[in-house]
Amino acid sequence: MSSSTRHRTRPGRGTLVRGRPVALAAAGLLALTACGGSDGGSGSDGGPVTLRMTIWTGNEEHLKLLNSIAADYRKKNPDVKEIKFDTLPVESYTTALTTQIAGGKAPDLAWIFENSAPDFVASGALAEIEDDEDVLPAAKKLWQHEGKLYAYPFSTSPFGVFVNTDMLKEAGQPAPAELIEQGKWTWEEVAKVGGAVRAETGEAGMVIRDFDYKMWDNLATVWDGWGAEPWSEDGRTCAFDEPEMTEAMTFLHDAIFADEAMPAPGTTADFFAGEAAMTVTQISRASLLDDSFGWDFVPLPEGPAGSYDVIGQAGLGVLGNGDNVEEAVDFLAFMTNEKNSAALGRYFPQARASQLDADTLATSNPQLKPAQLEEVVIGGIENGKVKPTHTNQAELFDAVRAALDPLWKPDADVAKTLQDVCSAIQPQLEK
Amino acid sequence: MATLERARTKAADPRPRGDGSRRPFWTARRRDQLAGYLFIAPQLLGSVLFVLIPLVLVFWYSFHEWNVLAGSFHGVGADNYRALADDPKLPGVLRATAFFSVGLVVLNLSLALALAVLLNQKLRGSIVLRTLFFSPVVVSLVAWTIVWGFLLQKNGGINAGLDLIGVEGPNWLRGETSSMISVVVVQVFKNVGLNMVLFLAALQGVPRELYEAATVDGAGRWRQFLRITVPLISPTILLTSIITVVGSLQVFAQIAVLTQGGPGNSTTVLVYYLYQQAFEFHHFGYGATLSVLLFLIVLVLTVVQWQMRKKWVFHES
Repeated sequence: MSSSTRHRTRPGRGTLVRGRPVALAAAGLLALTACGGSDGGSGSDGGPVTLRMTIWTGNEEHLKLLNSIAADYRKKNPDVKEIKFDTLPVESYTTALTTQIAGGKAPDLAWIFENSAPDFVASGALAEIEDDEDVLPAAKKLWQHEGKLYAYPFSTSPFGVFVNTDMLKEAGQPAPAELIEQGKWTWEEVAKVGGAVRAETGEAGMVIRDFDYKMWDNLATVWDGWGAEPWSEDGRTCAFDEPEMTEAMTFLHDAIFADEAMPAPGTTADFFAGEAAMTVTQISRASLLDDSFGWDFVPLPEGPAGSYDVIGQAGLGVLGNGDNVEEAVDFLAFMTNEKNSAALGRYFPQARASQLDADTLATSNPQLKPAQLEEVVIGGIENGKVKPTHTNQAELFDAVRAALDPLWKPDADVAKTLQDVCSAIQPQLEK
Repeated sequence: MATLERARTKAADPRPRGDGSRRPFWTARRRDQLAGYLFIAPQLLGSVLFVLIPLVLVFWYSFHEWNVLAGSFHGVGADNYRALADDPKLPGVLRATAFFSVGLVVLNLSLALALAVLLNQKLRGSIVLRTLFFSPVVVSLVAWTIVWGFLLQKNGGINAGLDLIGVEGPNWLRGETSSMISVVVVQVFKNVGLNMVLFLAALQGVPRELYEAATVDGAGRWRQFLRITVPLISPTILLTSIITVVGSLQVFAQIAVLTQGGPGNSTTVLVYYLYQQAFEFHHFGYGATLSVLLFLIVLVLTVVQWQMRKKWVFHES
């Protein structure tokens, strides 16, 4: 093991752990009966170690890369006999992970989405890891607590707009690249273009990918253009009823029901299957593109508040209660070192200052042109704001989702609905 | 014969004999008992490990606060039960649960009985139809629900079909009432075949001569159905109603796949809500308390149905 790595669990954890012997005994019994005991050797007894990391991706290329890094690590660390990457379904990833933790089968390392970052980081579930000065401070912010780093910002993926240039041409609409040149790449223009595509081709104009009228945090890619926020910076006051949010949501409502620029609730359109002219999503989705249509990748449109960048982020953390914490911390440091980060950047954009130039990124993102990388990726990673997060995110997320549902009707009262959202979540924010 | 009987009684008698000799321990009766216990041992072990212990643990957890991420676990007394009484979301959840259960039980049982009566006739192709109606029972629940999710979209198959006859269908999974109706109907079609088969078996056990006698007495089809069929298959109606009520209170996958409790909280039924509390919101203690509530509801409804059998079940074997 590298002597340079170290870990510390949060002060007070020992007290908490000692306070739950029955739960641990029960969880242990359940784990024993269900799974036949522990899944790996323990580092504590000096024997060979098996590390397990939970991830959301089952993509063969992703797994191949991760396994090759693990194989390199094991060559230098023969006491680690195996490193397993355990794919959990993305739609229930966090739930499955916490269930494993509850059942006494916590992985050694885990991929953590940005929306559950505050819960994992603030709760003390993660072991402290070595900081890396090369990683941009903005990218680390979500994963820090009291000045210490608890997860590596493993994937910092900016949102941009993928464009089906063939479909726009068929609809007689200007390409976004032209609109950017003319200084007209705005959400207002997107609504016009999207509505025209719908009218001319019957296909969808603009899709906010993964929103589907449930994953409302993806709408940050729109409302940030109005300077809107879901809650105050300290997270204690609802801001859904602020004028900026009301204007942004009114725009969205009109784009959906009046202009028909976006698919209505209950309808689906997959950009990558050629069913929509434009989609807001992350650059990591570029792997879904094939040669079936001409495409472009451009920054998010400007809103009334000007241009802006939004990023989705995932962190890689070490579970503090595991048997192999030191080994896991060491492997994490190896996995995210400069060399491996460069390789991982092909699928999972890395927020390393030393790698944020178009030439370096071009080698790992061959599908994107240098100009696209410069405008969307580098700018996005450097300046992007992470999608909204909050402690107790899942409960808050569900409350907002339920309260926003009345908005997705043609005759909705936008301002009243947003006030209702605040009424629903303000007690939770104040907790 | 009497001699043989005396010999058996003597062999089974474990008391010491008068001549001072002791009977062997492994009598035929004891061997039979051991074999019986060994046969039920796997099921008993499974029931203790996976039913009894979890049940006790759930009850135990309901008096604790367990934050999995923070690693904290401590007793809170009856706080979770007080929270249950004060939970503003719970009345809506119970209403949704009752709506779903009543809708499912009424639709499922009446449709299953109607199908069974129809397919009990000597009709051409009735075997094919029986297979057709039963086949969803053996289909994976999640796969079935996903397919229905596509069919129920605004631009999905159901509305395309309605469009052919000039009817504009609603946005099934986005309306508060239509989404609940959709979930009920999806579940009815999934499981109606099982109850249909049970009713078919019961119908075929009704003696033909009763109908013949009733016909001679001038009773019509409807009167025969009410006075002969229903009473004679009432034990099966009791069985299916208990199974369906219990099943309806435990619906989860359909909600999770089709609506995730929405729109609003209109399809958030009790099982889905306790799943959210425990596994999504990490309130395992409160989730366990909701499980206890569900257990009590199922218990009470089952006991009530069982007691009511005395009034409306015609006979029991």
